[in-house]
Amino acid sequence: MNSLPRSITSDDTAPAPAEAGARPRTRGGRGRDLTLPPWTFVVPALLVYAVVVLYPSLAGVGYAFTDWSGIGGSSFTGLDNFRTLLHDDRARESVGNTLLLTLAVVVVQNGVGLLLALGVNANIRSRSLLRVIFFAPAVVSPVMVAFLWKYLYNPDTGAGLNGILGALGLGGLRQDWLGDPSLALWSVAAMVVWQYAGYSMVIFLAGLQGVPAELHEAARIDGAGSWQRFRYVTWPLLAPALTVNLMLSTIGGLKLFDQVYAATNGGPGTASETLSTVLYKEAFVYGKFGYSTAVALVLALFVAAVSLVQLRYLRAREVTA
Amino acid sequence: MSPAKYRTYGLELVMTAVAVAFLFPVYALIALALKDPRQIAESPLAPPLPPTLANFGNAWSAASLGPALVSSTVITAAGLLLLIVLGSTGAYYLARRARGLGYGLYVLFLLGIVLPFQLGMIPLYKLIDGLGWLGTYHGMVLFYTGIQLPFTVFLYTGFIRALPADYAQAALIDGCDHRQAFTRIVFPLLRPITGTVVILNAVFIWNDFFTPLLYLGGSGKETVPVGVFSFVGQYVSDYGLVFAGLVLAALPVLLVFLLLQRYVIKGFAGGLKG
Repeated sequence: MNSLPRSITSDDTAPAPAEAGARPRTRGGRGRDLTLPPWTFVVPALLVYAVVVLYPSLAGVGYAFTDWSGIGGSSFTGLDNFRTLLHDDRARESVGNTLLLTLAVVVVQNGVGLLLALGVNANIRSRSLLRVIFFAPAVVSPVMVAFLWKYLYNPDTGAGLNGILGALGLGGLRQDWLGDPSLALWSVAAMVVWQYAGYSMVIFLAGLQGVPAELHEAARIDGAGSWQRFRYVTWPLLAPALTVNLMLSTIGGLKLFDQVYAATNGGPGTASETLSTVLYKEAFVYGKFGYSTAVALVLALFVAAVSLVQLRYLRAREVTA
Repeated sequence: MSPAKYRTYGLELVMTAVAVAFLFPVYALIALALKDPRQIAESPLAPPLPPTLANFGNAWSAASLGPALVSSTVITAAGLLLLIVLGSTGAYYLARRARGLGYGLYVLFLLGIVLPFQLGMIPLYKLIDGLGWLGTYHGMVLFYTGIQLPFTVFLYTGFIRALPADYAQAALIDGCDHRQAFTRIVFPLLRPITGTVVILNAVFIWNDFFTPLLYLGGSGKETVPVGVFSFVGQYVSDYGLVFAGLVLAALPVLLVFLLLQRYVIKGFAGGLKG
């Protein structure tokens, strides 16, 4: 994760250390620095990247305007796929679901992550152990986490959430967590938050550790209470960590597939259908490859738009210690 | 005791309680894996007393975890090797030539972090199929290398930018060519970020479910998540067996994480300070 924050959040992408200093940059006499690595260094990476990501994505954009079914030829159909999308109830609902799910995950995961980070950043004895415990679910396969939670959510098993609620005397709160259309999406969100709150925590923790202790001390001497010290010292300095966290959880939320697929497969009905599950089904269940890539293109545009807006706003409020 | 000390104890108590609640799913997972069906039916929430290990043996063979572990290990290791080599050399160029072509290429790589892989999913499937690489290790390795390169290049580029160029320059003056300067001087300096690259990519490749399902389905080379997925589908109501399978499948990646967790957290911290 090392330079991710730095690279996403700082404006100074241009001058590399090699060129920034006062050391002699030219030895060839024509403004070329012979100490720079030759371009052949980047060729293998570029080649693989082009074959696996760039070419297929471009081809995908092309297919989005056709009626290709996966076999045989295809003909150009212009904006037909996008018009269909506008009138396709399942696809339309999936757009709303995707945005709601992303919003819920982003807000709750980062809120919980921040609280956890503040807790394990304090001088408590169990903090090293707690950090490991909270982060551990993030390294387990999302599909396996989804299976575990499917069991916990299942109302017919004696254990799980309903069992706990019963044991706590809160039997009135028992629900059919994944089977109730009005709850399924939120149940998936809770599962994702459980898995990745520790991920947000670690990034916030890294930010907290970069807050100089002297600043806190100075604020304390000036009479600031603990809330004021958080609000006016810690919070502004957490901005880079917040930027990274919001970007990662938003992109992750919009693209979420494994968890939904394994836990609900978009159901019940279309209650937890997301753009990712819809485009998967359109392609591999209904064989509408052209339409599926049109849905993928819409997803790509969402991700790009949201990341750009976030980057602009969040960067603007970053300060340095 | 001072009020500050009381407050620390209070916080410790609260955080411990949060951790206990947080760990409940893990408790359920392990407890059920250690029970036989009768114990599960009688008292699913109770501690597994006496515990039985039968589920683990049965799950191991029913999910054919042995072959799945081999596949996952081969694919993850080969993918990591390529990502380290291609990512570090590519980033070396992009970090040192931060204007013009270098900057353009860097932005092009960043685009790969934002693009959802689903956009290219079908054309890529066609391509891999056309090469005859469906159901092969090299098809998977090519996929993971390409898909994770943007993130890897990103990590390496930021790190290299913060390194002084002097070391490589000195090596060049002493008569190394660029390749030697990189392999002997620059690459060893990248060790901390290489550690982060290894951990994050290993977790991603090991845990990925969708691609191996698509590319390896029915080939006998299925990875651990795919093996567990079909295993769970088959034994869906035998929770003890299913959960033992989940525990066994998650164990390798959890063990690696526990061994390397210091570096994970350090890697994150170093990044934000950089």
